[in-house]
Amino acid sequence: MAALAGGVLIGAASALYLLLAGRIAGITGILAGPLLALARRRPLAAQRPQLLFLVGLLAAPLVWRLFAPLPEATLSAGTGVLVAAGLLVGVGTRLANGCTSGHGVCGLARLSPRSLVNVLVFMGAGFATVYVVRHALGA
Amino acid sequence: MDRTLKTLAPLLAGLVFGIGLIAAGMTDPAKVLAFLDLAGAWDPSLALVMGGAIAVALVPFGWAKRHRRTLTGEPVQWPTARGLDGRLLGGGALFGIGWGLAGLCPGPAVVALAAGLEGVWVFVLAMLAGLLAVDLFDARR
Repeated sequence: MAALAGGVLIGAASALYLLLAGRIAGITGILAGPLLALARRRPLAAQRPQLLFLVGLLAAPLVWRLFAPLPEATLSAGTGVLVAAGLLVGVGTRLANGCTSGHGVCGLARLSPRSLVNVLVFMGAGFATVYVVRHALGA
Repeated sequence: MDRTLKTLAPLLAGLVFGIGLIAAGMTDPAKVLAFLDLAGAWDPSLALVMGGAIAVALVPFGWAKRHRRTLTGEPVQWPTARGLDGRLLGGGALFGIGWGLAGLCPGPAVVALAAGLEGVWVFVLAMLAGLLAVDLFDARR
């Protein structure tokens, strides 16, 4: 039930961002836009909606903590794996122009065939990776 | 009014999105890996996150698709890419492998960073480097 409730909030937030800011709530693009503007020394003013969304996202755990303790979270990957995983996620989502939010939620909600293909590929790769790491390699 | 709305809407969208990720359990990499572990003690509950999100977003996205504008009458920045290509497929595969290695995707990683999850900054820095690397490589070609 918590998963469904969380999903409903994510869907509502994506709809709000689309209907009022006119943008796709894809975290890849929301991160890459301001990051590229910084790297190319372009004015950040054009990235205003993305930056505000990021501020809201970063504030979420702080606001949550005002009302309840944050749920338990465990990150078991070591530093080397985290570097590799981070690079793969960054490069992969940028190449495909979206991740779990942009393709997975917004893309599927707007019935984009490209997003459906991307989601099937990354889900398949995610399932396969966990299978290899946990069962084939037995780590 | 319009100016206030333009500030508040993205800020609130980000906040609600982040609260949703925490409530859903997406910010716990162990839970995400349990969802991806079909052959182990599979925890399918996270499928409801995407399912619930899409169910809620379907009608608003359909409306925006037809009207091509926001509720305040401004144009929607709609994705323009068409067709399937190597970047879409290869990018999806690379992303899926990284997701399966750490149990983190971009949104939850950013929220977990602000929540102070130990070690997640390593993933976030590498992810930002990866995002930037694609654009810098593209610019050199």
